[in-house]
Amino acid sequence: MAELLVEMTGISKSFPGVHALDDCRFELRPGEVHALVGENGAGKSTLMKVLAGIYRRDAGTIRFKGREVEIASPRAAQDLGISIIHQELNLMGHLTVAQNIFIGREPRGAAPFLLDEKTLNAKARELFETLHLKLDPRARVSSLAVAQQQMVEIAKALSFSSVVLIMDEPTAALTDTEIDELFRIIRQLRERGTGIVHISHRLQELKQISDRVTVMRDGGYIDTVQTAEASIQSIISKMVGRTIFEATPELPEHPNSEVVLEVRNLNHGRVIRDVSFQLHRGEILGMSGLIGAGRTEVARAVFGADPHDSGEILIHGKPVAIRTPANAVAHGIGYLSEDRRRYGLALIMDVEANVVLASLRKFAGRLGQIRFDRTKAAAQEQVKGLAIKTPSLAQRVRNLSGGTQQKVVVAKWLAADTEILIFDEPTRGIDVGAKSEIYRLLNDLAQQGRSIIMISSELPEILRMSHRILVMCEGRITGELSAAEATQEKIMTFATQREAVVAA
Amino acid sequence: MQTTTTKSQSRTQSLVKGESLQRFLALGALVILLAFFSLISAPFRTTENFTSILVATAVNGVLAMGATFVIITGGIDLSVGTTMTLCSVILGLVVTNSGLPLWLGIPAALAGGALVGMVNGILIAKLKLPPFIATLGMLNVSRGLAQILSDVKPVYFEGHPEFYDLFMGKPILGIPNVVFVMFGAAILASLVLTRTILGRYTFALGSNEEATRLSGVNVDAWKITVYSVAGLFAGLGGILIAARMNSAQPSVGMGYELDAIAAAVIGGTSLSGGVGSIAGTIIGALIISTLGIGLSIIGVPDQWKLVITGLVIIGAVWLDILRRRGRA
Repeated sequence: MAELLVEMTGISKSFPGVHALDDCRFELRPGEVHALVGENGAGKSTLMKVLAGIYRRDAGTIRFKGREVEIASPRAAQDLGISIIHQELNLMGHLTVAQNIFIGREPRGAAPFLLDEKTLNAKARELFETLHLKLDPRARVSSLAVAQQQMVEIAKALSFSSVVLIMDEPTAALTDTEIDELFRIIRQLRERGTGIVHISHRLQELKQISDRVTVMRDGGYIDTVQTAEASIQSIISKMVGRTIFEATPELPEHPNSEVVLEVRNLNHGRVIRDVSFQLHRGEILGMSGLIGAGRTEVARAVFGADPHDSGEILIHGKPVAIRTPANAVAHGIGYLSEDRRRYGLALIMDVEANVVLASLRKFAGRLGQIRFDRTKAAAQEQVKGLAIKTPSLAQRVRNLSGGTQQKVVVAKWLAADTEILIFDEPTRGIDVGAKSEIYRLLNDLAQQGRSIIMISSELPEILRMSHRILVMCEGRITGELSAAEATQEKIMTFATQREAVVAA
Repeated sequence: MQTTTTKSQSRTQSLVKGESLQRFLALGALVILLAFFSLISAPFRTTENFTSILVATAVNGVLAMGATFVIITGGIDLSVGTTMTLCSVILGLVVTNSGLPLWLGIPAALAGGALVGMVNGILIAKLKLPPFIATLGMLNVSRGLAQILSDVKPVYFEGHPEFYDLFMGKPILGIPNVVFVMFGAAILASLVLTRTILGRYTFALGSNEEATRLSGVNVDAWKITVYSVAGLFAGLGGILIAARMNSAQPSVGMGYELDAIAAAVIGGTSLSGGVGSIAGTIIGALIISTLGIGLSIIGVPDQWKLVITGLVIIGAVWLDILRRRGRA
């Protein structure tokens, strides 16, 4: 067996109030893809941030190529040849692709403080060629689609000629073709002897790409297994610490009842084109399509977060004017963004404040003073009802795991008596165990008579959860399928049904 | 992939349009202002008056260049006005009291400014004070130091007429040297901002500081450098204002920082960071002085000049916000 590239033992790390890592270990061989899995909050990202010099460990040792090392800063990690691609995109939107990739290592011109932009772009172009990426080095990063930005991040990490490459959920925002592309690059690197750490929630994916899997749970090390010898079911059991059966829950009966929300001929530029649909009481309406098809745009327009050029929105058959989110909330519509941390939560406020944020008026006394006894009771009720895992109501939402944060957002809308809930990628970045809980929650909400629009890029999720499925492509609705007739193939056909016009 | 490419291309185009738009608007506004005042006022359209607009722009223009660097990083520097005063006092004292040669006063003033800027930078980068608060404190510190050093009395350059000549002399085209100093500094600043690593990190900091840090860039050191640059420009401003007044006046300087910030913003520098240019800032500074002098010449009372200038600044910031909204 080849010499170990990385060997971490006894790693512990605490943050104020949280014991993030406890006596963890991890090893990486050259030319190995080592998957790191675990539920949210299991400590995967924290462990890798220790390796990448972003966090300092409290205890433990790190050996790199057999030598004990101290990794004090991201720079130190890079110097050793350890690169990390973060879960959140970490790019400078105002700078170009090439400027982003070589930030901190710019080729110098005639004098050491002068930039050599030509060489910079040439080096980037060279890099893209070896990776077979189609990117313009001079394009401004903020003008790129998310998937392309992800490719920039990957190219940046690879440009360090790293021997260790850590990827924290690199595929979360990518389409299938883009994932194939990424895996091609990963295999290419593996052949060169690079050690790759792959953090992902998509277990199917790990089967495809990884050699070994290390499972973490609650900040601790659980087990390392050969991917080929482990079943997905067994990995999941190790992750959740119990055996769970991923059986499809029964789709609740959809009473083909009254129309709660109707959208007629909604238009906005080229992004939303003549979109019409109905949403019934107690229905889960799935919205499928490729990334950039316009699903989120429709949701945001219906919610009043973005303007629309034309079209009608009817609630219970009556046309309503929704120009702002406040209008939408007044009409009983709630929107749960795919980016919870940015758009769904006041991160530095506590659970209680977040739960009552959208319905504060209900809890105010006559003088406008907040009745804290009532907000507390309401928050308590939601925490219990949704089984929100928080040490207390006074916990800052920032310190909760992704799945728990999602539940807090749901609680916020439930506290506001919302009748129509729009979920945008409700399980993005949420681990398997919490996923089935979110699914159960969606079903419960529908059974209680609430109406749900669920936007999802994961086809199994759409197929499993929806009573009815709308498929979008390029801003139009290209197909509608009932739960009974829907298949992955049919959805993909609609999702790729482009207009017959060929772009120049 | 086809769709995303075409979409992103059209977005790039609109973005570029939005970005150069403000600079174009600013330049257009300057041209319109000059044309308007020239049309309605004979005394405005004289060579002497255009020269005096340029001279009046020099001090604010130089301070505004420093402000541009700081604002591009997403920060703010409220201390440049009083630091300018402090530097002019340092200059005056070195020139008149120490018996040292005149030319030593210039590096002393520049060093003083850079030092104040460096302290700002350390407060912000190392002690993590918000830039607004750190530089607000420094505004008072500099002002107090200027008064202490000068004993609250103006310092006159008696017996040193060569200092005035050095900056206000007119060897070329009848234009005082301060104007050339300003444009020279502008060219240098523009090159630094667009061609050097300092410029690159200035934009990177304002665009995404955390990403820059995680890329292994020593964010703290560069931030301190940027504030030092702003201080350096305040030092240069101190030299120019001392030359214009042929004295160091310890009580001027308050409010200059706001004009500097206004010039940068009118010129298209975004208060949310990541966007800005020296050319735009110079245009912004020219707009402010053209407006001031033009309104005076056509007889608008000072009170109304303030109102009009204020409205221009509000308009410029509003444009900045419109531009950013268009991008989202």
